[in-house]
This record gives sequence, C-alpha cells and structure tokens, in this order.
Amino acid sequence: MDKIKVEICCGTACYLLGAANLMSIEDEIPAEFRDKVEVEARTCLELCEKENLGGAPYVRFNGEEVMAQATNEKVLARIEELVGGAA
Amino acid sequence: MLNGSTFIRRELMIRIVRAFDDGTLENELDQIPIKLRPKNSVASRCCVYHDRAIFKYRLMALLGVSVEDETDESKSLAAYYAEKAWGGGTNDTKPKTPLSVCGPACSGCPDAKVVSTPNCRGCFARPCVYNCPKKAISIVGGQSVIDQSLCIKCGKCITACPYHAIVKTSVPCEEACPVGAIRKNEHGVAEIDFAKCIFCGKCFAACPFAAVMERSQLVDVLAAMKRGEKLVAMIAPAAEKQFPGKIEQLLTACAKAGFGDVMEVALGAEKTTEHETAEFIERMEKDPKTFMTTSCCPAWVNLVGKHLPGLVGHVSLTPSPMVYARELVKAKDPDAKTVFIGPCVAKRSEARRKDVDYVLSFEELGAILAGRKIDVIACEPWPIPRPANPTARNYARSCGVTDAVLTEATSKIPGFKLDAKQINGIDRKTSAMVKLYAAGKMPVNFLEVMACPGGCQNGPCSLA
Repeated sequence: MDKIKVEICCGTACYLLGAANLMSIEDEIPAEFRDKVEVEARTCLELCEKENLGGAPYVRFNGEEVMAQATNEKVLARIEELVGGAA
Repeated sequence: MLNGSTFIRRELMIRIVRAFDDGTLENELDQIPIKLRPKNSVASRCCVYHDRAIFKYRLMALLGVSVEDETDESKSLAAYYAEKAWGGGTNDTKPKTPLSVCGPACSGCPDAKVVSTPNCRGCFARPCVYNCPKKAISIVGGQSVIDQSLCIKCGKCITACPYHAIVKTSVPCEEACPVGAIRKNEHGVAEIDFAKCIFCGKCFAACPFAAVMERSQLVDVLAAMKRGEKLVAMIAPAAEKQFPGKIEQLLTACAKAGFGDVMEVALGAEKTTEHETAEFIERMEKDPKTFMTTSCCPAWVNLVGKHLPGLVGHVSLTPSPMVYARELVKAKDPDAKTVFIGPCVAKRSEARRKDVDYVLSFEELGAILAGRKIDVIACEPWPIPRPANPTARNYARSCGVTDAVLTEATSKIPGFKLDAKQINGIDRKTSAMVKLYAAGKMPVNFLEVMACPGGCQNGPCSLA
C-alpha cells in the first residue's frame, strides 16, 4: 500500500501561527506506523489564502484532505485513523 | 511561546501587511474586527462585541497610535490611518513610549493573595497553622481560613500543605514587573508609571488578556518602503533559530521583502567587544578596585538610569551593537534609513535616543515575510562579505558578552583575568541583588546583565 502523505505547511504565516510546534511530529509517530507514513515539511501551501488565515497552521493529508488549526494531537489522531482505515 | 494572545496579534499583523500591499488597508481596517468575530461566532471574551472593541484597539496600536491618547471613541480606524503622514510628512513616527495598556482589555485581576481552597481536608496535623509565622490561619468548620489582615504572603503554608489546598492568586503583570512600575489605578485597570518603567516588556509577555500592547512601527516601515526609501534591515544576533533556516537565508528574505540592504547587527557587536574591552582594561588600570557593567541591554541601562543611581558611573560608555551597526550603515550610505529587527521592547526606547529610524520585532518581520509570501527556508543564503565573529553572534545569549570581552582581552594581554558575574534575567529578586551591589557590595569587577533569562534570544518579542 502507498504511504500516507502528511504535508506540514511551513510557510511563514503557518510558522508564525503555530507550525513551529508541529516540527516534532515525525518523532512522535508510534513506531508501528512509521514505515506507513511520510511526513514532509513544505513551503507555503497557500491554504491560508484559499481557506482562512485564522485556520493556520495547515496540514494536508494525501494531497487533498486539509486540516486547519493543526496540533500535534490532532495530526497524530488522524494519522492513526488513516493507517487503520488503509490496513 | 504561542498562545491565544500571540496568535491574534500575529494574525492581525499579517492581515495588515496583506491589505497594505493590496492597497485596501484604509477601507479594510474597520472591517477586520467584524470579519474576525462575525455575530454568532465563538467569543474569546464576554461577547463578540467586546472582542471586536479590543481588536480595534489592537489595530490602533499596530498603526502606531497611542491607545491611551484616544479622545473620540467613535473615530474609525480609517480616520486614524488617514491622519498619519504615511506619505513621509512631518509626523514623528517614533513612539514616545513603546508600551501602552489597553484599558478595556485589562481584566483588572484581583489583588494577589494567599487563599485556602476546598481541597483543604481540615487535617489533624495542620502544618499550615503550625508553619504560619503570623498566626493568620485558623480552622473554621473543618476548613482552613486565612485572615488576610495578618497574612504577609510568605507562602510557607503553600509548601507545607500536603493536599496543595492553599494557592497564591496573582496579578501577572505586577508579578512580572521587576520595578513595580505597573499598578492598578483607581478604576481597577492596570497603568504603567513611565517614570519607573524600564521597557523590559515583561508585562507585555505576561498579561493573559494581552492588555499590554506594543506601539508598532509596522505600517510606518511598509509606507517608507512604498515611498521608495532605502531601508536597511539590521538583524539582531538573536535571530538565530527564530525562523527556520540560517541567518544568511533570513537576510535574503529581508532583501526580497523590500529592504534596500541587509546586515547582521553582530558586525556592530564586534566593535562593541573591541571598545568595551579597551574601556574595561583602562578602567582597571586607573583603579584596580573598581568594576564595570555592560551597556548592550537597554532595559538594564534603563534600570540603572531610573533606579540605581549608585551604578551610573559604572555602566560601560561603549555603544551597543545596534548603535555601531547604525554607524556602519550610515558610513556606507548616509541617506539610508535604519531598521533594527529584534526580539526586544526596550530597543524601541534606545532607538529613539540613538537615532535609529525604525524598530521591528521578529513578529512584525515575520508578518511582512508572511504577507509577501517569502519562506526563509526557500531563500538562497545572502552573499555576505564575511560572517560576523562567532563571539559577536553569541551576544544574544547570557554570558555571551562576558565571553566576547574575555576572548578579546586575552588575545591582547595573555593570562588576562576577568572576575565576572552574570545576571541572567532581571526580576524582583535579581534587581534587589543589584541594588545591594550598587550600595557598595559589588563582588566582581565585570557584571554582565541581561534583562531576559537566557539572553535576548528569549526576549518578549521572540518567536521561538
């Protein structure tokens, strides 16, 4: 199966509004999921303009699903769901 | 650290930059509070209307307008905007006091006191009663009660209670202020006594209601750029690790954002080191028993000037890295305008004295980069002629100045000894300590003082 792709927006807007805290996510993924998930820090995904600035920081899953006001807990929970669903 | 206050401040800054660049700021300003809190949305305060009112004051502060000077409540943000001489007229854009308290945002926190909570089990041992030096605690109806007229808030009962039943309530701004300059006025609203204030910015960082606001020069800088003035970004050494990427990449990001030239203030720090070391050696030769204290932290210089008259003669006369950086810029291009970019509130007061044209915080720089879609990490490193000395780049850390002076002195005089002490953060305790030093009890000959614990890198306007 394809790896689940997690893109963390590290554009300056998201960085200022909380993405700085998301950088540790890769280390927090449970060991059993690690080979099923690919975390990537991206330059601005331009979601803060298309969606809403107050929704930053943004994270995108598998290139389409957008999560606003992302936190480590929310992202990890979603990764777990996605891995569970794909298994 | 990010929290609700920093989030909204940064969001408003980014919105201002975007609207400014779109040419719609004047029209949009009064819409922003409503956009952020439409009716039926979830309010952060009592209701969306209160939230909107505070957003308006916050936007005023971002326009550089003094919140305290408001005379007409019905005046729109567009009117304030139109009034300022963005075209480069005669307005003195430098804020007189870098901080102001927004009265309607202040929660008027109840005075600090030590109180017993329902966690009290009315135990048999009663360590609170036995440990209270003022006999202020009694047990009434199986619960400890503290007589506030006797309590001296020493906190012995708090540590003694095994149930963590006794707590100290606090007024965060008053607790954070090292000099007692912020107090509630007769209306119960916090007010800064500017005769005492050293602009360390600790109240600004501490207030959970974000009622202490920094008077910004953000729009002044945007307007100057638009007028085509040559602005030189002088990046403080504390910039390291504030943004993703290296300092050289941040310099490129600033150039892309519209600054005419960029430089690291650490180049100025090299000159500070050179002159401060020479000054120290000279002072020691004149009087081996004397001592000298550092001059690069503006909050410390303000503390000495306003509260420690006994130390005035001991503060190094060497200018700060910012001042030398300004000289370097002006030597190259006398017409250039200088913009200091750092994590510091007090630098705004120093800039006013030392003829630096503008000061931006890292947050404000971040907002400009965000608004103009510049990612530091995606920038090429700026072709600097040479990187600043590592000891100069280290100025933003506690012990950094001491280390730089010691390295410089030992290179000139082998075996040079420096008897140094560092004050790593000014708070009530350390300022009481330096008061003792000022009264003639100085234990060393070189005293480095940084108002922020850990140094400038943890300044009140730092991002990390």
